[in-house]
This record gives sequence, C-alpha cells and structure tokens, in this order.
Amino acid sequence: MDVTGDLLQADHHEFSGLERREADVDVASVAAPWRQKALLEARDVLKTSTVSATITPLRPAITSSLYSREKPFAAEVLVNQRITARESEQDVRHLEIALHESLSYEPGDALGVWPTNHPAIVDTVIGQLKLDADEVIAIGDQSLTLREWLSSKRELTRLSKSFVQQHATRFSGDDLNALLASENNEAIAQFISQQQLPDLLNRYPGEWRADELVNALRPLAPRLYSIASSRKAVGDEAHLTVSLLEYQKDENLRRGVASGFLADRDVGVQLPVFIERNERFRTPTDTSRDILMIGPGTGVAPFRGFVQERTEVGATGKNWLLFGARTAASEFLYQLEWQEALKKGQLHRLDLAFSRDQAERIYVQQRLRENAAEVFSWLENGAHLYICGAIAMGKDVHQALLDIISEHGGKSKEDASEYLSELQQVGRYAKDVY
Amino acid sequence: MSAPLSPVEILKANSHGLRGTLVESLADPITGALREGDAQLLKFHGSYQQDDRDVREERRKQKLEPAYSFMIRTRLPGGVATAKQWLDLDALATQYGNGSLRLTTRQAFQIHGIIKRNLKPTIAAINQTLMDTVAACGDVNRNVMASANPVESKAHAAVHAASVALSEHLLPHTRAYHEIWLDEKQIVGADESEPVYGPTYLPRKFKIGIAVPPINDVDVFSQDLGFIAIIENGELVGYNLLAGGGMGSTHGDARTYPRLADVLGFIRPEQLIPAAEAVLTTQRDFGNRSDRKLSRLKYTIDKHGLAWFIEEVEKRIGEKLPAARAYDFAHSGDRFGWTEGLDGRWHLTLRIESGRLIDTAKQQGLTGLREIAKIHQGDFRLTPNQNLIIAGVAKEQRDAIDRLVKQYGLDNYQHSSAMRLYALACVAFPTCTLAMAEAERYLPSFLDRVEVILKKYSLEQSPILLRISGCPNGCSRPYLGEIALVGKALGRYNLQLGADFQGRRLNRLYKENIDEAGILETLEPLLRDYASQRLDNEAFGDYLFRSGVLSAPKTIEVELVS
Repeated sequence: MDVTGDLLQADHHEFSGLERREADVDVASVAAPWRQKALLEARDVLKTSTVSATITPLRPAITSSLYSREKPFAAEVLVNQRITARESEQDVRHLEIALHESLSYEPGDALGVWPTNHPAIVDTVIGQLKLDADEVIAIGDQSLTLREWLSSKRELTRLSKSFVQQHATRFSGDDLNALLASENNEAIAQFISQQQLPDLLNRYPGEWRADELVNALRPLAPRLYSIASSRKAVGDEAHLTVSLLEYQKDENLRRGVASGFLADRDVGVQLPVFIERNERFRTPTDTSRDILMIGPGTGVAPFRGFVQERTEVGATGKNWLLFGARTAASEFLYQLEWQEALKKGQLHRLDLAFSRDQAERIYVQQRLRENAAEVFSWLENGAHLYICGAIAMGKDVHQALLDIISEHGGKSKEDASEYLSELQQVGRYAKDVY
Repeated sequence: MSAPLSPVEILKANSHGLRGTLVESLADPITGALREGDAQLLKFHGSYQQDDRDVREERRKQKLEPAYSFMIRTRLPGGVATAKQWLDLDALATQYGNGSLRLTTRQAFQIHGIIKRNLKPTIAAINQTLMDTVAACGDVNRNVMASANPVESKAHAAVHAASVALSEHLLPHTRAYHEIWLDEKQIVGADESEPVYGPTYLPRKFKIGIAVPPINDVDVFSQDLGFIAIIENGELVGYNLLAGGGMGSTHGDARTYPRLADVLGFIRPEQLIPAAEAVLTTQRDFGNRSDRKLSRLKYTIDKHGLAWFIEEVEKRIGEKLPAARAYDFAHSGDRFGWTEGLDGRWHLTLRIESGRLIDTAKQQGLTGLREIAKIHQGDFRLTPNQNLIIAGVAKEQRDAIDRLVKQYGLDNYQHSSAMRLYALACVAFPTCTLAMAEAERYLPSFLDRVEVILKKYSLEQSPILLRISGCPNGCSRPYLGEIALVGKALGRYNLQLGADFQGRRLNRLYKENIDEAGILETLEPLLRDYASQRLDNEAFGDYLFRSGVLSAPKTIEVELVS
C-alpha cells in the first residue's frame, strides 16, 4: 500500500477517505497523533525497499515555513476561473493563490485549505434546532458564539457514526435506530456519507442543546488539494484544480464544504492555507527519466505541475499524459495548455479517453491497454509511473498495468504484481487517489 | 506576373488532389479543429470549419479551445430536392447538427454545428441520400443556381436540367472526396488530372446562375457566370451569356468592389457547357493567383478589358457570339402562396425568414416541414431568396398541406409586411468566421423597428428590398438591396441605398459605420418622403434617384438589347 498517498487521500476529496476508514476519529486531539503515527509508519514501511540501480533518491525535505496546518497562511485568491464549458454539469475551477515566500512546495504536494461552512447551512441548522446563534459556548479555553462554532469549527457536511448514534437517541421514530442496530456497516457508512447535518435533522427531527451539539459534532478538518503548478514556473503562487461538489437533495442545494468555499472566493479575498508534503509523489530526480502520468478528471492537477517543473528544469526525459473526462468539448481540462505544451515539445504524448463521446464508454485504462506495448517498453526503459484521481480509477488502471506487464513481459500474475511492487518500492510508481 | 503566389495556391498545388492531411486531421483527438491547411482544403469538400463565436472569449478564459464545429453545405443544382432527401437531411440536422436546417441564398442546404468526429458520418449519409457536398465551397464552381419559377413548368425543367449538367461537368475529378468520406479504396495510378480545372483549380470561388425571365430570383448579374434563359413559345431557344458579376468587397480597400455581370452575347442551348468552360478556363488562366482579394473573375475582366475578354471567350468557344436577345425582368423576389403550373400541378411558396428552419415557440419550421415531407408527393425547391417551394402538389393534396402549414406556424407569408417577405440575411454570428456584425439574428428585431416606421407612412404593403450582411463579402447579395446593412463591427453597419428590385442596379454607400439609431434616423425621413412623393409603382430605390437623394446612377443600367 502507498500509505502516504492514502493518507493524503484522506482529506483530499470530500465525502470520502478518512472517516470511512476511521469513522470514529472525530476529535482533533486524537486525530493529530494518529496522523503522525501513520506517517511515521508509512515512512518505515517505505524505507525497507532494497537499493537497486534504478532507484531514484527522494529529494531532501524542505525547511519548514513560518506557517503550518495549525498556523495557516492567509493567502489571497488571484484567479478563480471555471475551466469546464458552460454546457458541462461539472463546475471545475482553476484557482491561483498567492503564497508567502516561505511557503515552498514541490509538484506533488498538496495545499491544505481551512474552509468555512456556508452561512446558509449554518442558518439552516440553527433554524431547524431553534437555537440562539449568539449563545456563547466555551470548550476548553475557547469561547465562541454558536454561529462561530458552526461556521468555522465544526463539520456540518460530514457526519460521524458517533454523532448519528447520539442523534438517534433524540429521535422518536424507530427507523434510524433500526439502521444503526443492523450492524450492516456498509449500509451505515453509506447512509452517513449521504447525509449532511440539515438532511439528518430534516428527516429525523430531534432536539439538541447548543453546547451538546457543538461537543458532539466533529471538528472541522482542512481539505487537501493537489497543487497544479510548479513554483519554478509560477513563482509565489499555488494553482489548484477544484471540482465543485454540488447536488440537489430534497430540493435543497447541497455543496461540499471546501469546494463550495473555494468556488465562492472572489479574487482578492484571503483564505487560510498550508502546505501538505507528499514526498512519495515527486518528479524523478534523474531528469532524463521518462514519466507516464495517468490523471483523468481533476486527477490531472499534479501533472500540470509536473510538466511545468520538468520544463523549467530542462528535463530530457519524455512526458506522457493520459487524461480522461466525459466529453472533450466541455471537460478537457487545460486543453489549450496541453496543446501548447505538445507544440513546444514540453509534453511528448497525450492520450485521451472521453467516456461519453462515443457509444461505448471509454476510460483511461482502455487507452493504456491499447498502447500496451509502448507502456511496457517505457517501464522497461526506467520510466516513472504516476496515477492521480478517483480510487476506483486507480484500481482499474492498476489492473490494466498488471495485465500489460503480464502479457508484454511474459510474466505470471504474481510476477507482474511483484514487478509493480518493486517499481513502487524504488519510487517509480506512485498513486495519489481519493 | 511576378507577384508571388498566394499561400492557398501553394497549398492547392501540394495538396495531392485536395487530400492534404485531412485523414490525420480528422483523427486527431487533441483538438476539435483541423490543421490550418486542411481546414482550407475542407472547403473543396463542401464544409467550413467554424466556431461558436458567442463563447469564444469565455472558452479562452476556461483554457478550452474555441467550440469548433463544421458547417456542411450540399451541392444541389437548382435547389431541387425530393421529400425523401428532405427527411434524410432533417434527420442529420437533428442527430449531428444544431437542430436546424438552413436554406442558402444559393439554393443549397446547410447544416451547422457538426463536431469533427461526426463530419464523416454526416457527409457519408448525405451521399447515401443521393446528394453530395463536392465543391460546395472552395476555389471551384459552386452550387449552380437556377430560377425556382415553378409556373413555367417546361422551361423550369429544362433550366434545372441545364444546372445539373453544368454542375456535373464542372465537378473536380480527384477521388479524394470518395476516399476520405466514403471509404473508397485509393486506386494506384488512377488518372486524377483535372481536365477543366488543372492542378490548382480556380484562383477563387466561381458562381453560376441561370435566370428565367421575367423573374430574376437568381440575381443573375451577381454571378461570375450568368445565363438568362430565352424562352419562346414555351421552348428554351438559348441563353444570353453574362460574366463578371460578384458581390464581395473588403472594407477600406478601394481596389475591391461589387460588380454586375456584363452581357457577352447569345448562345444556343447546346453551347451551354462549352460557353461555361470558355469563361471558366479564361478565369483559370488569367485570374489573379497572388492576391485573393483581387482574384474573382470581375477583376480579371476589368484588368484586361471587356473586349479582350469577349474575344478570349469566343476563341475558346470557337465562334463569334451573336448579340444577346431581348429579355425583361419584373423583379428578383419570390411569389408567395399557391400558384398553378402550366402542367396543372400546384406550388406553394413559403416565406422562410433567413432560410432558417428551426423550432421556436412562434414557428416549428423544422418539425412542420418534416411533417409536410412525410405526405408530400412532389419535390421541394429552394429559392435563391432563402424561401421554399413545396412543388408539384396535386390539387386534392393542397388542403392537407395547408393544414400543416398553419399548424406549424409556416403561414407567415400571409401576414408579414412586404419588406419582411423579401428581406435577406446571411448567417453571420455566431458561426460564421467572417462576420463583423449580426445579420440573421438581427433581422427580426430590426424589421420590428422598421415596421413601426412603415406603418406610420402606410408602407407595410410596399415591397422594399432589404438585405443584411454581417460582412462585406456579400452572401446575402447586399449590394443589390434597395436598403442594405453591411456589417462593420458589432452593432455598426454601412448603410447602402438605391438598388432596384430587378437586380440590375447596385446600391451605393449612403452612410458609413452607423448604429441602429443612426440607421432608423436616416431611413425615416426617406421613407416618409417616398410614401408621399412616389409615382405609381415606383420602387424605393428608383425614387431615391428621381428625387435626387442619390445622384444619378453612374453605372450599370443594363442595356436591353433587341
């Protein structure tokens, strides 16, 4: 397992990741040490790799900045531009954010964003529970009004199992308890992931005191987004590619807390950010290596940074990108930039899979399979392989790679699997899935 | 000539029979466009690469390339299509196009909004329905126009046959079209030489039209090569041969201008193709291939002189041309409503504003014509004025067709102002790459405003010929409008006044680069005075000269030879 990658994924995309794996970790004082420990373990696991001729050393860690997760930098939004066409249902934003000069990052790193809940959802919750928004609640040494707690300190869009359990005791009907008692963990997890707090309160009315509510809700966690730029190319900026999570539920508009927060940030406003390192997701130190980047959807973000970086350092290895989306006409993210990069020889190959542009659904893994011989020969030549995007895609691509290696390398399933594990151990195969 | 060849000439010469790298361009998934040279060559195959200009800037900010799509134009000599062909095109417009069909000022169909990967299936399907798109655009002979007059049944049949013969004879011989779009296997060593065109085709587009007096619906004087059918006792006895017309000009370039064709003489029916070849090859050999702005036939004639040109054409035909026969044109418009042909069949001419068939709240043009095509036993004729004739209807079918016409709001010909009935507009925004101002989309609201003035002076029933063009190239033949707006920039037009209604006198620039308020302010007093001072049956354009608003026409009262 790529533990660091999975850790990153934990917060990377809303409604997935961390709470599904650790549904009960909802207190900061527990979460922080857990993260720390997991990171250390991850590094430990990864250290066991044997040194071989093809290994590429990790870059030295960058010296720490004035700012951190706990002390975020107030970064100004320079650009907030939708990059899917008007006919696309998906609102994907390209954000450019001004960084303090001490906030350095490498392509592959993530930008942590501390979001604030939208006033509408805060008002809804307060209204549903008929609470006083100005009531002051003290927890530890923090004294804030209920509105302040709910706006910037508590999760309203992601619920924990323990919160739902507590709520069930306040709800007079039976069906919520029945669900929780079913011990069908998958069904419970799915149910929880589909409820924002107003949905739950709407469907299963129950009473809460303000202080009880604040104590029971999970602390608001920052969201991590793969940085889509290279500092060498853009200076003191970080670029993000953010898909706005937005859907209708019971005639109400529901949004992901951070993507909605980011989408609403006008140019000139500030938002609290920090850099989250991802040492396992790096361009090769040996710039003569080829790289094969598989990044459909917003998974393309880090590869924009990779291509910028490799261009700036004059890398001699070739860059091959596989991108996919639903339709070319409206969701070909950064189309003009890729066209330009191809023309200038900064990107050497671009294969595309647009799932809805023909009768049969085509995804990136199919393009990989179609180019199996070349994929294998790139790997044999020492190319580095990267996957970024949705978990399910990551699995499909992994399987395609196994089949390609098995067929073109004349290997058994086990050996193909071993081949990929070795690539992973020597830092030539990295995933950032969420 | 020492001036270097234009890049397009070099492209044509190196195109390997108009193939270029079209196959590779079509297969490239990185872009919805073709490579630059291929986009140029595509025209010869009947399609233009365009983009939705409404979203061009928005998409640039979105880091997306322009919303490229393609317009496909059929080759449809004389504008005659069967009901089956109508239904097939309708299906393509719905499946691959933007849900509309457009009838052009050259009697062809256009389907807009086809994205690259659907280009081949659409062109293949058009060929399936026994139409094609070969040479519908490009430096070749374009769609051959023929008067849509359905009343003179026998003459119309003869003229339609002539338009088909001309069109077929002047098709390029390269098999590129069949290979690229219809999967024909390339035949090694096949003779693909172009006996008429030669390896680099013509210097520029070449337009042919055949008029049947007394209706000049094809605007025969606007054609590079024109034929005026001479009918005696219902029989076609020959044609007056015309050459050198053309509408296009370039803003601010005095070397360019619209020009009316000259009458060269009379030819017998069997000389149709030799005469066409003589004119076309003279242009092929002497036309300007360095500066595409100056390469239409009209400039070739003006450069060398009409006497020289006639001599050259006669040399190529092999005999002297006798003097042209007498003819007269009553007007250049269509006759709306039902008319009975000499063969006893009935024909219904519908007004199709800007030639656009699309379903809106007011009029379900696309659906309506689809329903009509399902029951229609005759054919359809596209008129040069962007209108449509449901032709060859048996008397007992008329009611059924009338019911559908009414049901789908296609009966606007019965209650529109005369100006609205005859107005022409080119496509312009959002798809035309050349557009500088709105045309088709602007026509309805402009007419709404002008109609207020017309009503004030009781001119609603006066046919005043209005033409709007989004640029000076002249697809809507604006220089033959009594009133014409020629686009300069968004919301700004050159106001041209004073053509006649027979297509024999060009208008002239009256006010340059004005906006709507300026246009209406200028028109109102002119229309007011016209209403009170006009003579019986005096047309607006003629009035402007008689009253001295415009000084006496310096050109081209076409002489009536007898």
